[in-house]
Amino acid sequence: MEFLVATAIGAMTAAGLYLVLRARTFPVVLGLSLLTYAVNLFLFATGRLAVNRPPVIGAEAIGYVDPLPQALVLTAIVISFGMTAVIVVMALRAYLETGNDHVDLPGDADPEARVDDWKQRPRRAAGGERR
Amino acid sequence: MNHWLILPILLPAVVGAVLVIAVRHDVLLARIFALASGVLLLAAGLALLVMSADGEVRVYALGAWPAPFGIVLALDRLAALMLVLTAVLGLAVLGYAVNGWDERGRHFHPLFQFQLMGLNGAFLTGDFFNLFVFFEVLLIASYGLMVHGGGGLRVKAGVQYVVANLIGSSVFLIAVGLIYSVTGTLNMADLALKVPQVAAADQALLHTGAVLLLLVFALKAALVPLHFWLPGTYANAPGPVAALFAIMTKVGAYSILRLYILAFGAEAGGAAWLAAPWLLPAGLLTLVLGMLGVLAARSLGQMASFAVIGSMGMLLATVALFTVQATAAALYYLLHSTLAAAALFLIADLVAERRGVHRDRFDLAPRLAQGGLVAGLFFVAAIGITGMPPLSGFIGKLLILDGARTATQAGWFWSLILGTSLIAIVGFSRAGSLLFWKCSALEAGPPAYRPAPALPFVAVGSLLAGLVALTVFAGPLHRWLELTAAQLYAPAGYIEAVLGAAGGPHR
Repeated sequence: MEFLVATAIGAMTAAGLYLVLRARTFPVVLGLSLLTYAVNLFLFATGRLAVNRPPVIGAEAIGYVDPLPQALVLTAIVISFGMTAVIVVMALRAYLETGNDHVDLPGDADPEARVDDWKQRPRRAAGGERR
Repeated sequence: MNHWLILPILLPAVVGAVLVIAVRHDVLLARIFALASGVLLLAAGLALLVMSADGEVRVYALGAWPAPFGIVLALDRLAALMLVLTAVLGLAVLGYAVNGWDERGRHFHPLFQFQLMGLNGAFLTGDFFNLFVFFEVLLIASYGLMVHGGGGLRVKAGVQYVVANLIGSSVFLIAVGLIYSVTGTLNMADLALKVPQVAAADQALLHTGAVLLLLVFALKAALVPLHFWLPGTYANAPGPVAALFAIMTKVGAYSILRLYILAFGAEAGGAAWLAAPWLLPAGLLTLVLGMLGVLAARSLGQMASFAVIGSMGMLLATVALFTVQATAAALYYLLHSTLAAAALFLIADLVAERRGVHRDRFDLAPRLAQGGLVAGLFFVAAIGITGMPPLSGFIGKLLILDGARTATQAGWFWSLILGTSLIAIVGFSRAGSLLFWKCSALEAGPPAYRPAPALPFVAVGSLLAGLVALTVFAGPLHRWLELTAAQLYAPAGYIEAVLGAAGGPHR
C-alpha cells in the first residue's frame, strides 16, 4: 500500500509540474489541480497509513489513526477547490480580454504595440471567416 | 485571557462581510465603513502595541482550548509592531483609493478588508497551519484586488501571480505535512520544544520540511530565485493595490523571523540556524539584482517593483545574520522600506494618471499637471528609498552596516550595500529627470488630466510624513526595536506563555 500511495503522489506531482510549465493557461490549470491532489494525498499520508482504523479514540476500537491530518486535508481540499475556481475564472477572463491563452506577458520592448496586436487578432480571425 | 487580541482579525472580517451583504451598492456608505474600520484598526493596533510594551507575551486561545491542541493567537512586540504598520499603510492606501479608484471595479472595499484580516491573522497566529490559512485569506483577497479595474494586461499578470502563489501554497502544505509527520505538532511554540528531540533518522525529513517552508516564505518575500513574479505583478497592479502589496512581501520576512528564530534557532540541536546559510547569499544576490533592475526599468511602476525586490534583499540578508543588533536594524529598515515603497507606488499612479497614453513609462511627454507637487513628492520618496540623508533610509542603512560590522561577511555586506545604493541613486535620478525635467522642452499640449482633489496628495504626504517621523524618532524607536529583537532571541518567554496558556491540564 505504501508503494502504491507513494507512486500515486509521485506520478501526480511529476505530471502536475510538467503541465504547470506549459505555456498556455488550460494545461497550467490542469497541472495545478493535479498538484493539489498530490498534496492532499501526501498530507493524508503524513498521519501514517492504516487500514480499518477510526480517526477517534474509543474504548472498543483496537487502535486509531491520527485525526489531525484528516482535518488538515479537509481544510486544504476546500481551499484548493476555491483557488482552482479563481484561477479558472481569471484564465477565462484573460483569454476573453486579450484574445489568446498564453501565460506570458507581452515583451516590455514596446508594450503598447503588442497589446494592440492582441486586441486585433480575434478581429482579424473574424474578418477571415467573412471572406 | 485577553479578548482584545482577536479584534484585529474580527473587525475587518465583520466589516468585510457587512460591506458585501449590506452596502454593496452604496459607494459612499462603503467608504465610510471602510475608513471607520481602518481608523479603529489603527487604534486597536496602537492599544496592543502599548499593551505589548511590558515585554510579556499575551496569548488568546480560540475556543479556550489549551495550546498544543487548540489554536492560539500570540501577541509579542514584533506582532504588535506589524499590526500597527499594517493599519497605518491600510489607512493611507484607503485614503488614496476612496478618491475614485474604488469605483473602477466591484467589491474593492470588502476585498480590502479581507486582505487586512489575512495580514493581521498572519502576524498574530501561533501555529503554522493557521499561518497557511491566513496566507490563503490574504492571497485570495489580493487576487481580487490585483485585477481590480480590469484590462487585458492586468488580468494576464494576475494569472501569473495566482499560478506562482498556488504553487507556493502547494509547497507550503507539503512542508507542513513533513514537519508534522516528524514532530507531531503544528504549534510553533510546541515545535520549538519538539525540534531538538527529533530522532537522528528523522532529521533529514525535518530539515527538508524546514527548507521547503523557507522556500515558501522566500517566494512571498521575493527572494532571488523566486522573485520573478513580482515585477510583472506589482507594475501591472492598480497603484493603491501595489502600495498595499508593499507589506505582503514583509509577511514572508516576518514569518522567517518568527519561525526560524523560535523553532530553528540556538536551541534546535541539529537544526540550529537552519535558514542562515541559504538566506544570506540569496539576500545579497536579491539586493544586487533588484537594484540593477531599478537601473533597467522602463516605467516608474517597474522601478518601484525592483526597488521593493532590492530592499527585501537587504532586509533578508540582514535577518540572516541572526543577531539581536542586526535584527533590530532589519526591523527599522522594514518599517522604512514598507512606507517608502508604498509612497513610491502611489506616486507612480499619480504620474500615470497625469500623462495620458504615456502612463508612467520613461518616454518624453508634455509637462504634467501639478508637475511641481508630484515632482516634489517623488524627490522625497526617492531620497527615502535610495537611502540618502537625511531621511530614514539613510539611518536604516547605517544601522544595517553597523549591525553587520562584526559578521564574518562584513566585507561583502558593506561593498554590496554601498555599491547598490549608488546604482539606485543613478536609476532614480535618471527617472526623475526624464519624467519631470526633460518634458519641459516639449510644448505643452492640452492637460491630459483635470487637477484632482487633495485627498491623494494627503495620502502620499502622510506616508512620507511617516518616513520623516521614523527619522525624527529614530533614537527611541531603535531602542524599542532592540527590545523587540531581544524578545525574539529569548524564545523561552514565548514558549512559556503559549504552552502555559489557559491553565491547561497537560502542563
